Amino acid sequence: MRNLNTNIVLEARKFSCSIAGKPILREVTFQIRRGEYISIVGPNGAGKTTLLKAFDRMMRGEVSGELSICGIPWQEWKQSDLAKLAAFVPQADSRVMPYTVEQFLLMCRYPYMSPFASMHPNDHKVVREAMVGTGTLGFAHRRMDTLSSGERQKVYIAAALAQGAHIWLLDEPTTFLDYHHQDEILSLMALANKEFDVTVVAVTHDLNHAVLESDRIIALREGELAFYGTPDLIMKADVLQKIYGASLLLVDHPKAKLPMIIPRMTPEQDKELAKWRAKAREKMK
Amino acid sequence: MASEGTREDEVAPGWTIIVLLGLALTALVVAPYCGRQSIPFAALWGGGEPGQVDILWKLRIPRVLMAFLAGSALATSGMTFQAMFRNPLATPFTLGVSSGASLGAAIAIQFGWTFALWGLSATSIAAFLGAVASIALVYLMTARSRNSSTTMLLAGVAVSFFFSSMILFLQYLSDFTRSFRMLRWVMGGLEGIVSFEDVWHVFPFVVSGCLIVWYLTLELNLLTTGEEFAFSRGVSVGQTKWLLFFAVSMMVGAVVAICGPIGFVGLMAPHICRLMIGYDHRWLYPATFLFGGALLVICDTIARIVIVGELPVGIVTALLGGPFFLWLLLTRQEDLDA
Repeated sequence: MRNLNTNIVLEARKFSCSIAGKPILREVTFQIRRGEYISIVGPNGAGKTTLLKAFDRMMRGEVSGELSICGIPWQEWKQSDLAKLAAFVPQADSRVMPYTVEQFLLMCRYPYMSPFASMHPNDHKVVREAMVGTGTLGFAHRRMDTLSSGERQKVYIAAALAQGAHIWLLDEPTTFLDYHHQDEILSLMALANKEFDVTVVAVTHDLNHAVLESDRIIALREGELAFYGTPDLIMKADVLQKIYGASLLLVDHPKAKLPMIIPRMTPEQDKELAKWRAKAREKMK
Repeated sequence: MASEGTREDEVAPGWTIIVLLGLALTALVVAPYCGRQSIPFAALWGGGEPGQVDILWKLRIPRVLMAFLAGSALATSGMTFQAMFRNPLATPFTLGVSSGASLGAAIAIQFGWTFALWGLSATSIAAFLGAVASIALVYLMTARSRNSSTTMLLAGVAVSFFFSSMILFLQYLSDFTRSFRMLRWVMGGLEGIVSFEDVWHVFPFVVSGCLIVWYLTLELNLLTTGEEFAFSRGVSVGQTKWLLFFAVSMMVGAVVAICGPIGFVGLMAPHICRLMIGYDHRWLYPATFLFGGALLVICDTIARIVIVGELPVGIVTALLGGPFFLWLLLTRQEDLDA
């Protein structure tokens, strides 16, 4: 392997991708430095997940341009070597998985195992540490498909830890979770990022969280890089209008000195509400 | 289940494997001595009458070995496809291999091909090619597009019907003798095994196929969790799938060419083993190999003994295995999602 101490861990240069003639990503160019916390945002179908997966060499369709991981072009990586550095963390889905949490995490030591050899004590140790670190030790012997979404998401993050990856590529890690589990997952990501120098790249629809947690934000719109910069620069009505094509209401966060998005009412909703109130008032009489 | 510790988890499957190994060895040793003609044990090293030695060495031992090889290969293939497609119904046979092989054999019978290659009849070679071609068809479908396993199974069923109707068409065209030969071939069975030659033909295919699958048990575990997941854990998914398809097509092709379509073992044996030993392929694979082989040896022995004139073994496996499998499904339903 070549020198991996390069400061730039992920890099795309004029990277394009199209599936069945339909362009998904158009000449995207950016760099992600080691230890950064990056959020990828943008409307549905903007190519966010495609971009994220590309960094784990999950290419679909025709690609052009350059994309490199730790300075090495994606084509030259051997997948089992890459797995020691980077891990894709999928959404907590409901797929059937007939393994216990512990069995599953031991399987994630794959890049370090050889066929026929029995598990090394170190593998058990690493997996145990990953379970302790993510708070999943309590259900180590439960079958994966009996877990709730929140528990499962934590196991998926434990998998990235067990794998020894220091680049985490997370696909909407908090989308289907309640506030408590959202909090847990975001704390785990922040902890790994701050304490263990993990480079976090997360696709998310939650711009508020993205702004609070990220060092920088990547915004995609129709496959193009619409914004790449620090959080304070994206939270402006005109920038957001350009990315989402929707006008959003911004207010200041009471503690962090950053603007936050709050839901806004459409004029129709306002009229409905007015009517409903009028009716309610009638009934009260 | 929830309270089991790591050590117990690792010890228990070891014992299951030892029990299955005992079962397989017992079946291999006892089965050659079962039959209408009783044979002294000493016939193994040439004791007893010459006729008895001949029956043991020229008829029964090759047949029992063949049954074991075929059972192991079919169970291995079934387990592999079930893991790869993440579907409990996916086996080479549910995806159209038996009909592909049968069509190959039917064509060879209809056109009266009589050439032989390395001691293999034209019918066997045509059946081998038919089986391999239908697996290649499945492979192309999975490689080209990201079809769901449901689509794959539906396509397999469609291919089966298409091939079957072509066989019926050939039967319609052919005379009575040929038509009967086709029908008898489709039933499958091990009566035709009369020498070690057949065993040696199948042996290299089955051994190399099984070794490939055994070498890839860690990958099979991860494929069970999903292809993208496996890829992100470092599995070269494309290469692994190609190897597995190659191994399965060689094994199934060779077995089907000699024994005809005896498919039920491939669907059932892996499921029974999952219920016994769990889903970790490092344990599941050896269990499936041993159990599949032993199961077919036992079924074939029953087929030899029970009815005068010998029943095709495919009928016995389905008659015995079907109800047993249903019983397992009904009693332990929650564990059977692959």
